[in-house]
Amino acid sequence: MKLLTLNFLTCAIKTCKTNASSFPLHPRDAELEIQEADVNLPFLKNILPRLMWEELRTICKELGLPDLPPTPPTPTDLISGGNSTDTTEGRTQAEQEPSQTAKDLHRVLLETCIQEGKLVCGCCGHEYAVKEGVANFLLPGHLV
Amino acid sequence: MSRPEDILPPDLHYNDVESRKYTTSSRIQRIQADMTHRALDLIGLTQPSLILDVGCGSCLSGEILSQTAEEGTPAGPHVWVGFDISASMLGVALEKEVEGDLLLADAGQGVPFRPGTFDAAISISAIQWLCQAETSEESPAGRLSRFFNQLYASLRRGGRACLQFYPKNDDQKKMVSQAAIKAGFGAGLLEDDPGTKSAKTYLVLTVGGGELDGDITGVVRGMEGVDVMETRRKAGTMKRGVDKKGSKGWILKKKEQQKAQGKVVKASSKYTGRKRRIQF
Ligand SMILES: C[S@@+](CC[C@H](N)C(=O)[O-])C[C@H]1O[C@@H](n2cnc3c(N)ncnc32)[C@H](O)[C@@H]1O
Ligand SMILES: [Zn+2]
Repeated sequence: MKLLTLNFLTCAIKTCKTNASSFPLHPRDAELEIQEADVNLPFLKNILPRLMWEELRTICKELGLPDLPPTPPTPTDLISGGNSTDTTEGRTQAEQEPSQTAKDLHRVLLETCIQEGKLVCGCCGHEYAVKEGVANFLLPGHLV
Repeated sequence: MSRPEDILPPDLHYNDVESRKYTTSSRIQRIQADMTHRALDLIGLTQPSLILDVGCGSCLSGEILSQTAEEGTPAGPHVWVGFDISASMLGVALEKEVEGDLLLADAGQGVPFRPGTFDAAISISAIQWLCQAETSEESPAGRLSRFFNQLYASLRRGGRACLQFYPKNDDQKKMVSQAAIKAGFGAGLLEDDPGTKSAKTYLVLTVGGGELDGDITGVVRGMEGVDVMETRRKAGTMKRGVDKKGSKGWILKKKEQQKAQGKVVKASSKYTGRKRRIQF
């Protein structure tokens, strides 16, 4: 499971839905793997405003990954040469190249995967097992 | 024609044997690919998006979502998350090393994502299973309502969903679309080849607000031969004109789809064998 997905998943248990501590789920005994994928710059630009940055930093810390910067990148930070306006001027979407910042973000969100372990709810303590990268969100009837 | 939904719960029906049989059938591959392309046309994405696939099975649709615009996927490649109640189906998807993330989950228990997560959702040939009562403690109505409420919340404002399903009868069609409308969606039902053996029903859903047009009429605006008979807050029925089927536009699109399908049947990705241990 990509860290991107973990930035959107919440506890599935009804009584946790309204509790802030049910997000993010916390990885435990996690085995990580890098699964390479092509950088998709328009996707990164699309998803950027929806990320919960503070929570992404927390998860990276919990996984022992290098620290992320305290503030999220801006959309222009993602484009190579994005801060020198003269070079981006007149360039179409298709001509834009990802910056190092975009590549780093891509590596964290889309290539860093939890293959084995558990995801634990900070509210109710429920553990969702992860096997071969697939998290099990099936709930026993009484918890639905 | 017998309906598997009437006989077994989905996780038992889609066991290892059935999941493999399903996924390797070239007839099924072709039909599911056609419906996925149709659903994507109805959703009308304009940029690489985050998409939820409900009842993704072995990810015949997911493989299409991961394709580029040149390969025939509008605004692709997209990033997607699929969930399914059958571990066997997901096992087949794992073997194919699909690019999306997979979850083992029951749509009738909800959609466990924070509000506004997805740009869009699709579901191909799955949600008729929600009309079956799994256990005596849970009614189909309760499961449908939990599913649609949480699906609605998980989509961003202006988001869209297209759910193709096989309703058993008109009552079931109504029960499903009413549950979606009650959850807050703008809804329309579209039928391809109505009245024939290959009839296909699509529930097209919109979430109001955002920069996109949340009105259901916006979804079908400009589509050939589609009439919006009733709009928002009421399930409308849109019938695709039969005579339009042979038109030039229709044939071109079909051809494009079939070209794209040549890739779909190849059960390997360009990243086969890519795995290596993470090192920090
Ligand atoms: C006909 S298959 C379609 C699979 C895939 N969407 C495709 O087009 O190839 C139906 C799928 O729905 C899944 N399903 C049935 N009930 C479900 C539920 N309550 N939650 C999640 N998935 C479900 C089944 O396990 C099965 O994989
Ligand atoms: Zn919880």
